[in-house]
Amino acid sequence: MPKKSYRQAINEALRQEMRRDPRVVLIGEDVAGGHGGSGEIDAYGGVLGVTKGLITEFGADRVIDTPITESGFIGMAAGAAATGLRPIVDLMFVDFLGVCFDQIFNQAAKFRYMFGGNARTPLVVRAMVGAGFRAAAQHSQMLDSMFTHVPGLKVVMPSNAYDAKGLLIQAIREDDPVIFLEHKTLYDTEADVPDDAYTIPFGEADIVRDGDDLTVVAFSAMVPRCKAVAEKLAKEGISIEVIDPRTTSPLDEATILESVERTGRLVVVNEDTPRCSMATDIAALVAEKRFYNLRAPIRRVTAPHTPVPFSPVLEDLYVPSTERIEAAIRASLGDPARIAAQ
Amino acid sequence: MQFTREQLLDAYHRMARIRAFEDRVSIEFSNGNVPGFVHLYAGQEASGVGICLGLGDDDWIGSTHRGHGHCIAKGCDVKGMMIEIFGKEGGLCRGKGGSMHIADLSKGMLGANAIVGGNPPLVIGAALTAKTLKTGKLAVSFTGDGGSNQGTTFEAMNLAVVLKLPAIFVLENNGYGEGTGVSYHCGAKDLASRAAAFGMPAVTVDGTDFFAVAEAMRDAAERARSGGGPTAIETTCLRFYGHFVGDPQLYRSKAEIKTARENDPLIKFRARVIAGALLDAAQLDAIDQEVAAEIEEAVAAATSAQWPSPAELERDVYVQY
Repeated sequence: MPKKSYRQAINEALRQEMRRDPRVVLIGEDVAGGHGGSGEIDAYGGVLGVTKGLITEFGADRVIDTPITESGFIGMAAGAAATGLRPIVDLMFVDFLGVCFDQIFNQAAKFRYMFGGNARTPLVVRAMVGAGFRAAAQHSQMLDSMFTHVPGLKVVMPSNAYDAKGLLIQAIREDDPVIFLEHKTLYDTEADVPDDAYTIPFGEADIVRDGDDLTVVAFSAMVPRCKAVAEKLAKEGISIEVIDPRTTSPLDEATILESVERTGRLVVVNEDTPRCSMATDIAALVAEKRFYNLRAPIRRVTAPHTPVPFSPVLEDLYVPSTERIEAAIRASLGDPARIAAQ
Repeated sequence: MQFTREQLLDAYHRMARIRAFEDRVSIEFSNGNVPGFVHLYAGQEASGVGICLGLGDDDWIGSTHRGHGHCIAKGCDVKGMMIEIFGKEGGLCRGKGGSMHIADLSKGMLGANAIVGGNPPLVIGAALTAKTLKTGKLAVSFTGDGGSNQGTTFEAMNLAVVLKLPAIFVLENNGYGEGTGVSYHCGAKDLASRAAAFGMPAVTVDGTDFFAVAEAMRDAAERARSGGGPTAIETTCLRFYGHFVGDPQLYRSKAEIKTARENDPLIKFRARVIAGALLDAAQLDAIDQEVAAEIEEAVAAATSAQWPSPAELERDVYVQY
């Protein structure tokens, strides 16, 4: 199977779905780039090159460059979705949610329920998330918990190229709004990605690694990081199960609960800030439904409750590190409860 | 601009239906039969009907919190609307939208919208659909003078010009954004000139004059359908009621409210069609009676309708926890 990057996988998913269905259009700032300039169209192909080449194949009527006007074009995409197109809109950096949230959460997310089931809004909002680019407080956030909080949105966070393609094709074929969060540090990571189109259903977690001693639930760029820690600990005979829920809404509760039933220990790792987050959400889920299976307190490894700092030294402290993840796992395993049970 | 007798009867029917609906909703609200917030369109009928009369079910409109008139002008069923406003089973949105969220996509009604300035981006999306799929249809955004100050409205206007969309921005200037007068809240001398600055044709017409509105709309619709891009139409009018039902309206003088009533768009329409021998009074009276019966029937249906079943609470959310 061919190796492809996360960036290529997303581009291929977009291209294949645009070929399959003429109602699929791409909307956003610089999704081509170069309109109105003295040089080339498709100069950018998205600011990180994810949509490169699409305007060449599909033309400016389906790869629609917009002014810098997020409320306007996200709302336009929502309205187009409710009336017959299947738009994929590129918010670029997820942080720009701040200037357009109304059109996502008060409009697109609510149509189906608020209109008594008479509207469908097949809209995909793509956005780049995460720290690691030294891009500071307004270009580095995760914000997955904010979307997950909203009834009426589905939220997807692929952690690798294979999932990115399958989940994006699934997102485009969904009849309801989907938020598709691409971690910018993953764009150059590679995986085996089939050439043909395929889908990955929402609400089905991927068990990245089987294990018996402790369950790690991780999201997005934290998944490869947790996998690396698990591989290191395996050499010491510690068996870690790593679960990637892949979608935060819907959430595959069953896979997480079943795992904790076996391991009795849970560490949740997410790059988002700690309060009202996926980390607290999953901790609450397990505390409520598998309390009596727990052999140690649940531990959360998250970013601190701060904006993302600029200085490389500080940003590296902000993102959950392999050291912090390993320390949380070891603390959980070394808990007196475990010793008493042995 | 020439109208057939059928078109004129249809126009009066829609305007009379809006008036009767709104007057009755006001009473039902005062009697405690309507939950929540209600904003009435009475006094602005010629604007909504002048715009919507020539539209088909597959042309789109987006509306505001003051949306009953737009719904009726676009052909939404008044019984379904009344049941919706009562919050009952069988309403157009199953009782889950209410007065500020009535939508009927089968009639091209993309929803009333309780976020001021919420609909212009959505409406240009409907226009984008029409352009992309080459349907020859158009989309109309109704926005008040209050909503005309929102950035979303400006963004939508600019995008519509940039992408040459078949969109029409109807700026209904009823003098007030909630309780704040337009002479205070709008920095430009009028709403049309501000729209024109985005690079589209824009006109101001008397929003109590059905004929003036319809004529402006005819030009705008022709432009939109022929690929000429967006137009803005500012319609000036005064609302008969306050911002919401129950608003004591201390921000405006009794004289102004009297002026509004004297500029009644229905009376003006009557005078014009009778003077021009286009319709006779008996025909219009018959419509008034017909409409009164329709509204009576709608209220009876809403009164006797059941409350939604508890199962409705979690229906139409596709992820349940």
